[in-house]
Amino acid sequence: MNNGSYSRLQQVLSKGDFAVTAECGPPRGTDAGIIQKKCSLLKDCVDAVNVTDNQTAIVRMSSIAACVHLLQNGIEPVMQMVTRDRNRIALQSDIMGAFSLGITNILCLTGDHQSFGSQPDALNVFDIDSMNLIHALRDMRDSGTDMSGYKLSEPPKMFIGAAANPFADPFEYRVLRLAKKIDAGVDFIQTQCVYNTKRFWEWIKMARDEGLAEKVHIIAGVTPLKSAAMAKYMAGKVAGMDVPDEIIKRMEGVPKKKAAEEGIKICLETISFLREISDVHGVHIMAIEWEEKVQEIVEAAGLLPRPQLT
Amino acid sequence: MIVGEQKTIAEIKEIIAPYSRVLVLGCGTCVKTCFAGGEDEVATLTSALRLAYNKDAKQISLEEFTVERQCEDEFIQEASAAISRNDAVLSLACGAGVQAIAKRFYKVPVLPGVNTTFIGMLEKHGLFTEECLGCGDCKLAVFGGICPIARCSKKLLNGPCGGSQNGTCEVDPETECAWQIIIERLTSLKQLDNLKKYIAPKDWRSSNAGGPRKLVREDHII
Repeated sequence: MNNGSYSRLQQVLSKGDFAVTAECGPPRGTDAGIIQKKCSLLKDCVDAVNVTDNQTAIVRMSSIAACVHLLQNGIEPVMQMVTRDRNRIALQSDIMGAFSLGITNILCLTGDHQSFGSQPDALNVFDIDSMNLIHALRDMRDSGTDMSGYKLSEPPKMFIGAAANPFADPFEYRVLRLAKKIDAGVDFIQTQCVYNTKRFWEWIKMARDEGLAEKVHIIAGVTPLKSAAMAKYMAGKVAGMDVPDEIIKRMEGVPKKKAAEEGIKICLETISFLREISDVHGVHIMAIEWEEKVQEIVEAAGLLPRPQLT
Repeated sequence: MIVGEQKTIAEIKEIIAPYSRVLVLGCGTCVKTCFAGGEDEVATLTSALRLAYNKDAKQISLEEFTVERQCEDEFIQEASAAISRNDAVLSLACGAGVQAIAKRFYKVPVLPGVNTTFIGMLEKHGLFTEECLGCGDCKLAVFGGICPIARCSKKLLNGPCGGSQNGTCEVDPETECAWQIIIERLTSLKQLDNLKKYIAPKDWRSSNAGGPRKLVREDHII
């Protein structure tokens, strides 16, 4: 694992602290005030905040710009970058630009297909995949060269992340894919939301047996459920999501006005399950348009205050 | 084969509207096999158009002709006389056939009657599937004979993505996840190790990203 980056998230993980990250979706417009409001809700209760890159292929303020707003509000961003919209020329250029603006963490993704988004008539790019992007970043950072081999002046010293979905099929291949991402140069992994703890455990065990868990920081994803309807929607409509029936039943089993409370309770139970696993080094709280609950969750999970770094 | 699909009668009527004498020109190769532009489809389309124009009380002369292959000059020549008798050609060939006619008869308007869709195969009666993008640098040996460039919605070379579930693609539950098939096939071939290797970014120069392509066969130049 690289130690040359300037990332706070990396320092927290390297020290062996249990990291906490959250998520911030940029607005569908130019209002930086929306980001500032989200920042005020997340500041001091997490180590870094992921900024999504036109997630679900819906056009939003760019991830880079929103990351800069985070920096200006005292929050370290994790810039998500998808290969759906940019070819290798634009990706490398944006990485250099982002680093020059103070962005030190990146999450490499292929991205949701544009057919899910607001403009399904768009042409996609997919010049390279997320694996290639990880590799390119590692080469830029560690060898100081771009994808053509050109020596860069002041290469981007990014802390490199990628996603993993322990719940997607084919299950047996998921660990092999994780191994490939580690070989390509990934420093940390953020996983899909964990609801199916049994399957997550099987995945971690496979990663451990393959000697992978010690080579990367695994940050497990959680999303608090707001309602039974949300649980059912995520189970049925969101690609790659695994919400077991027992979770749906639990959400259905409480009165509607108590549902959000129950969702947070499930989330806290999941966090405490994850903290028991030595190979899980942090938790990524994706409270979708529910940022005001992050502090409550982090506090109730006993994860406050966040470590102060010198 | 090249797979194509005939345009709707409404669109065809709109395309040929400015002309009063139109040659409906079929092609007896790929588009015949996929029931889009062979002799039979030329006859059916022409009848349908005549019926439609009768209903509209519009006078238009439609002539039928089909050549063996519209993408070869040698075969196109057979249509010369018919083409010269008409104001325009409605070609039911693929895009290559339409352009071959345009190149050969540069004063004649050539209109497409078919949407060329993909290089594919007849999977079963009534179902054609895309199999190849013609990227010019075939790596099927690595992927067990299943192409991730053509058949993965995200062209992933180091796939599958997180949206593969129960063997289907997140983009369309009716579409098989190419990566699921690749993994199953390589497992049965005992070649799953192929996928442990990192696959470097594709060099797209051999594809049409490098501009329109030409294939020169020196040994065939007379």
